[in-house]
Amino acid sequence: MKFSDLLFLAFSSLIRYPLRTMMLLIATSIGVMAVILLTAVGEGARDYITSEFRDLGTNLVIVMPGKNETSGGGGPADFAGIAPRDLTVEDAVSLMQIDTIKAIAPIVLGEMPASFGGFERDVPVIGTTPEFLRVRRWEMREGDFLPGVTLDRSPPVCAIGKEVEKELFGTSQAIGQWLRVGDRRCRVTGIIDSEGRAIGIDVQKIVVMPVSLVTALFNRPSLFRIIAEAESRIYMEQIKKDIIRIIKKRHQGKEDITVVRQDTVMSSFDNIFNVLTMALASIASISLFVAGILIMNVMLVAVSQRQSEIGLLKAIGAKNRQINNLFLTEAILLSGSGAILGLILGHSITLSLKTIFPTYNFLPPTWASVVSLFVALICGALFGLIPARRASKLDPVIALSGEK
Amino acid sequence: MIQLKNLSREFQVGNQVVHALDNIDLEIAEKDYVSIMGVSGCGKTTLLNILGLLDTPSSGDYILSGINTSQMNDDEMAKIRSTKIGFIFQSFHLIPRLTAAENIEIPMILAGYSKKMRAEKVAKALARVNLTDRSDHRPEQLSGGQRQRVAIARSIVMEPEVLLADEPTGNLDSTSGTEIVELIEELNKGGLTLIVVTHDKEIGKRSNRVIRLLDGKIIFNQEQQGA
Repeated sequence: MKFSDLLFLAFSSLIRYPLRTMMLLIATSIGVMAVILLTAVGEGARDYITSEFRDLGTNLVIVMPGKNETSGGGGPADFAGIAPRDLTVEDAVSLMQIDTIKAIAPIVLGEMPASFGGFERDVPVIGTTPEFLRVRRWEMREGDFLPGVTLDRSPPVCAIGKEVEKELFGTSQAIGQWLRVGDRRCRVTGIIDSEGRAIGIDVQKIVVMPVSLVTALFNRPSLFRIIAEAESRIYMEQIKKDIIRIIKKRHQGKEDITVVRQDTVMSSFDNIFNVLTMALASIASISLFVAGILIMNVMLVAVSQRQSEIGLLKAIGAKNRQINNLFLTEAILLSGSGAILGLILGHSITLSLKTIFPTYNFLPPTWASVVSLFVALICGALFGLIPARRASKLDPVIALSGEK
Repeated sequence: MIQLKNLSREFQVGNQVVHALDNIDLEIAEKDYVSIMGVSGCGKTTLLNILGLLDTPSSGDYILSGINTSQMNDDEMAKIRSTKIGFIFQSFHLIPRLTAAENIEIPMILAGYSKKMRAEKVAKALARVNLTDRSDHRPEQLSGGQRQRVAIARSIVMEPEVLLADEPTGNLDSTSGTEIVELIEELNKGGLTLIVVTHDKEIGKRSNRVIRLLDGKIIFNQEQQGA
C-alpha cells in the first residue's frame, strides 16, 4: 500500500466522523496550546528579570546594599532584621582606589515632578555619572550625557528621554533649556535615543541627573547600587574581594553589601528560568498525555464500531500490518493536526497577550513548539498502537458477521 | 482446483465441542458453478469462510490450485485472498464513506497498484457491472441491486480465480436478485469458478452442482443436468 493511499484512507475515515475528530483535535490542541502558553510565560519571566542585566556592558561588578544570607548567623540581630547600612556616594568614591576598576557608576533612583513652561509631569529620576552611559550601552540622539559630571562634581545638567522631550518641550528645542525637577533646576544637555527598560523603568520617560544632585534632591544619601567596570575580565574576582574589603572597613567591619558579577548573575538567572520553563513545559505536557489517552479510548471504540469494515478489508486481501498501519496513521494524523491547531492557537494567543500587556514579554520559545509537536505525534503513535494492534488481530469471520 | 481432504472445523462453545464441519472431502473443478445449500447452522458459511481462507480448519487439508494452505501464515493467506479469491456478501460490505469507484479501488490500493492502473481497472470493472454512470455515488445513494453490483465489481477487479458469494441475493428483491444472479453467472461463463452459499432454491437449480450440508457433513453432492 502506498503512503499517499494510506493517508487518503485514514483521512476519509476522519472526515466521516466529524464530531469525534473535532473532539480529539480540541483535546490535543489544548495540550499543545498549554505548552506554548506556559513556556511563553516562563520565557517572558526570564526576559523580564534578566533584562536589567542583559543590556549592561561587559566586565561589570554590581554592588548592592544589604547582604542576603541563608546560612550562618541566626543571632537576635538577624531575627530583628536590622536594616543594612546605606551605600553612599563616599563609598563609591572610596572604590576609586582600586586601580583595576576602569569606571564607576553609582545609581540613585526616585520619582519627582519635572516641569518646563506650563507643562509638568512626574518622571523617574536617575542620579549617576557619565560612565553610566557606557555601562548601559545607551545611545544619545543629540547633545552630551552629563558633561563635566564626576563622583564629586555636580554641575546642574541633565539628559532626558525622548518621551519627556516630546511631552514637556513639544516641538521647541529642548537642549539648552532649564528643566525644573523638584526644587532644583538643571540645563538639558542631551537627549537619550535608546528605548526599552532599565532597572524596570522606561528609558524614554526618564530624567538623568548628576548623582550628588539627586541625593540632595531626595534628601537621602543612599545609593540604589554601584556599578563598577573592570579593566579586564581577569581582574573581576579580585575586584569583588577588594570592594568587600574596602566597604567592610568603611562600615565598621560589617559586611553589609552584596557584590555580584554581572556575567554570573546572568548565567544563574538563566539557569533558574530554564528550570522554571522546563517545569512549566512538563506540567503542560501532562495535558498532552491526557489527550493521548483520549485518542486511545476513542480509537478503541472506533475499532469495535468498524469491525465489519476491518473484516471486509481482510477479506479482500489486507494484511494485518496494513490494518495496523491504517489505524496508526489515523491516530497520528489526529494528534498531528491537533498539534498544529494547538500551535496556531497558542501563538495567536501569545501575540494577543503581547498587545494587551505590552510591558510583559511573552516569548514562546521555538523549542517548545518543536517539542510539543513531536510529543503530540509520539503520544498519538504510542496510544494508537494498542487500538491498531487490536484491529489487526481481529478475526475476520467474527468481524464480518458483526452487524453494521 | 479446490480439494478438501478430511477437513474438520470445531468450535468450543462453553463446555461443548461443536463440529461445524465434520471430516469433509470435496473437490471443485476449475470454472465450476457450485451452490452450497442447507439449513442454517449446517456449516455452509464455515465452509465458505474456509474456502476463502478467512478461517482455518481444525484438521485436514485444503489444497487450492495445488498449494496446501494449512501451513500458510496470515500474510500468505492475505496474499491469496487478494489475488485469487473474490468475495460477495449478503450485506454488500461497502465502505459507506467512499464512492463506488473508491470502494472498487480498495483491493488494488491494498495490493499497491499504481494510480493509473487502478483508474483503468476501476473503469473496466464498472463497465462490466454496468454502473459507469454511478462511479461517484456513495453506497447510500445507490439501490440494493446497485450496491451489490459495486461489491461484485470490487470482487473481480483483482481478476481472481474463485468467486465466493454468501447469500448474494439475501437482501435484494426478486428483480434485482435475478439481475445479480445473471451477472455472476456471466462471470462464471467467462472462466471464474463460482461458489454460492444460498437458501434460494432457484439458484440451486441453476448451478452445475449442488452440495447439501447437514450437521457439518455433506449429505448430497451431485451434478445437475441441463443447468
